[in-house]
Amino acid sequence: MRLKLVRSETNFNFFKKWKLWITISLVLIFFSGVSLVVMGLNYGIDFRGGTTIRTESSLDVDVSRYRKVLEPLGLGDISISEVFDPTFRDDQNVTQVRIEAQDGDQSITVQAVLSVREALSLIDPNIKFPLVESVGPKVSGELVTVAIWAIFAAIGAVLFYIWLRFEWQFALGAVAALVHDIFLTMGIFSTIQIKFDLAIIAALLTIVGYSLNDTVVVFDRVRENLRKYKKKPLDEVLNLSINETLSRTLMTSVTTLLALTSLYVLGGDVIRGFVFAMIWGVLVGTYSSVFIAGTILLYLGVKRDWSKRLANSGNQFGDIEA
Amino acid sequence: MLQMSAIKRVLILLTVIIGVVFAAPNIFYKNVESYNDSFEASLPSNSNGKTVQNSFWWPRFLPSGLVNLGLDLRGGAHLLAEVNVEEVYDDRMDALWPDARAALRAERDKVGTIRRVVTSLGQLRIKISNKDALELAENIILGLSQPVSSMNLPGSRDLTVSSDNDELIVEFSEPEKLAMNDRTMKQSLEIIRRRVDEVGTREPTIQRQGERRILIQVPGIGSADELKSLIGTTARLTFQEVVRRASSSNEAPGSGNVLYPSYDKSDGREFYVLKKVAVVAGEDLIDAQPGFDQNGSPSVNFRFNPTGAKKFGIFTSNNVGSPFAIVLDSEVISAPVIRDAIMGGSGQISGNFSMEESTELSVLLRAGALPAGMTFLEERTIGPELGQDSIDAGKIACIVGFLLILVFMFLSYGLFGIFANIALIINVVLIFALLSIVGATLTLPGIAGIVLTIGMAVDANVLVFERIREELKTSKGPARAIELGYEKALSAILDANITTFITAVILFLIGSGPIRGFSITLGLGILTSVFSAIYVTRLIIIMWFERARPKKIEV
Repeated sequence: MRLKLVRSETNFNFFKKWKLWITISLVLIFFSGVSLVVMGLNYGIDFRGGTTIRTESSLDVDVSRYRKVLEPLGLGDISISEVFDPTFRDDQNVTQVRIEAQDGDQSITVQAVLSVREALSLIDPNIKFPLVESVGPKVSGELVTVAIWAIFAAIGAVLFYIWLRFEWQFALGAVAALVHDIFLTMGIFSTIQIKFDLAIIAALLTIVGYSLNDTVVVFDRVRENLRKYKKKPLDEVLNLSINETLSRTLMTSVTTLLALTSLYVLGGDVIRGFVFAMIWGVLVGTYSSVFIAGTILLYLGVKRDWSKRLANSGNQFGDIEA
Repeated sequence: MLQMSAIKRVLILLTVIIGVVFAAPNIFYKNVESYNDSFEASLPSNSNGKTVQNSFWWPRFLPSGLVNLGLDLRGGAHLLAEVNVEEVYDDRMDALWPDARAALRAERDKVGTIRRVVTSLGQLRIKISNKDALELAENIILGLSQPVSSMNLPGSRDLTVSSDNDELIVEFSEPEKLAMNDRTMKQSLEIIRRRVDEVGTREPTIQRQGERRILIQVPGIGSADELKSLIGTTARLTFQEVVRRASSSNEAPGSGNVLYPSYDKSDGREFYVLKKVAVVAGEDLIDAQPGFDQNGSPSVNFRFNPTGAKKFGIFTSNNVGSPFAIVLDSEVISAPVIRDAIMGGSGQISGNFSMEESTELSVLLRAGALPAGMTFLEERTIGPELGQDSIDAGKIACIVGFLLILVFMFLSYGLFGIFANIALIINVVLIFALLSIVGATLTLPGIAGIVLTIGMAVDANVLVFERIREELKTSKGPARAIELGYEKALSAILDANITTFITAVILFLIGSGPIRGFSITLGLGILTSVFSAIYVTRLIIIMWFERARPKKIEV
């Protein structure tokens, strides 16, 4: 007996309710937009500048006491939060202290860090500081630019590649799916206010890669079926292609999610935000390559006569003997 | 029919074996690491006298390259510093002023009286009383300029002169500034490298980033503060003539003089007025060692080179009975009175040092002064325990995720699932082999990249297996179905992986630090997973097929 995620022969009509799918996506995008405008992103120090200090102690942590000793230091806005994680030992009490960016281009001064350490050591002699990170406003500003640039560069490069290998309608469909995924991911980061830092940009770009991976596999099958069934209406060809690749789409999503989930649960709190972004991205990416990319393709229409292209660009890897 | 040439089989097997050999040292990480250290220490070029105990034997003929652990896994300090290159302009303008003054004085009857206007914008402003002679004065100063020693713009001069009302404004030309910035950056890099090497930690990274930034990563150092005080100090040592003692920091030092506070901050700072031009500077030092003075308190013993010794000898013999100041970064360490002429070229600096301070100061003096100050833009300290926790958590997560996928693949594809699983294990081995060979750095997001690759690596196999299933439905023979499965899935596999590879490349080009680490594992993972899916699984299936000759297969 084999474990099967879907029956071996499926015949779902993915486009019968295309208005519903598009509506759902538009509503989600709308709420993401509202959340991004109203609540904004919870930028980490990479993008906002400032300092985070991670403290670790075997004693129980009282955040208000921490605050009481740190406030007189005159370092501006200080936020202190306790970190809980299933991977911590019983006597491992972790907090995150965040200090806003100081004036000037510099990262925090030696004296400021020392004063925080001394103040906290007074109330808890066992305290340790396993992580101190400080980013000056000058660098954080540049990191924002680089991050935005990276995302646009990735989308642009991929748009170009798909246009080269397929047709422009495919490229637009794929990019629409991509933008959809990135927007929804940023939306959820804004809604639950997870820290948004440089690592999340890496996650977003990975989502770009993953979502494309899915979309391209579907498109590849669409192209093949367009050659095979020259007279079939486009929506039927699309439906057939998505059904044929559905089993693979789900298999890959599940294996990737298995790996990511174990990392989410067991990988520790330092990369949890990063892994969360990827899990969400895989879910949304799978959805969008089935429902969004295809629908856009259907809407834009596609050139039906592929026979001439067989010889050249459509099949440039066909002669690789594997 | 289902076939593969013998040479291809050998090549695939060879690749896998080489991969295993290169990945192997990582299994015995700690041992191989200490072996490498002891081997390095035993090299004749490494004569710092350090001996490392080596209790582990690693065969010399085997590769001993390891995956480097990033700062977030090993612990250490990371600093991004910006060098204030403009500071050098001011110093050079100060040096230019005596020459400019002499040249203009030679034409005093035409130019009139001359006076320097104080600025600090990398400019030299000279006021002349006879406005009509501005043009002449401009030409005199231009006559002092030198050709720029730069390859890009041959023929340009290092100075530009303009005028503003009755003032001459002397500035460095753009090509000269570029050349100067470049020199400043190179010197800074060299000096930071020397200072960090003096501390002797493992594999520090010291890189220039962009026009004027330096990235410093030192694994194993306790905190960024420690690193900052080591490299953040300019450590410019000078010996200067004392004009008088000053009562407060507000006192006007007078022209040609400067006012510096004492180094000792504890009980009531003292202030000194010194001659601005130094008698001898740190450039003339050839050695500095921590030691003790006659009272038994920590001090720094130093020695001058012949030029410095001569200058110092002449100065001390002419000024017996008057004080001179030992100045470090605009602070007077001490101002002893000269009792005798000091001719030997060696001496002792004693201030109110602690042992640590005298050791650090001698390190700084030996390594030389930084040409300009630095601003720290970014700093990160990661404790070694946090790094170890991350490694442990990452390891467990990888193993669990891996097992889940192995089970899932077996349940979904049976025997073919086992084939895919073997390829998946080989895939992970190959990733580690490649990481070791290119000497890449594994970071925490890098581990996530590996986990993601494990998840996605099965994708290519899934594509093939699903395709084989489809081909089997149209009731071709099993051999034909397998062959068609591979053939038809190929274009999807390549398209899908190339697009992901593009994003990995962009991440690599744009990102830095941990993100770059992530992009490397992701990119290499894509390469190895395509190889293992297209070649390794296929070879396994073919070998199985040749033996079993099944009439019917179930995928």
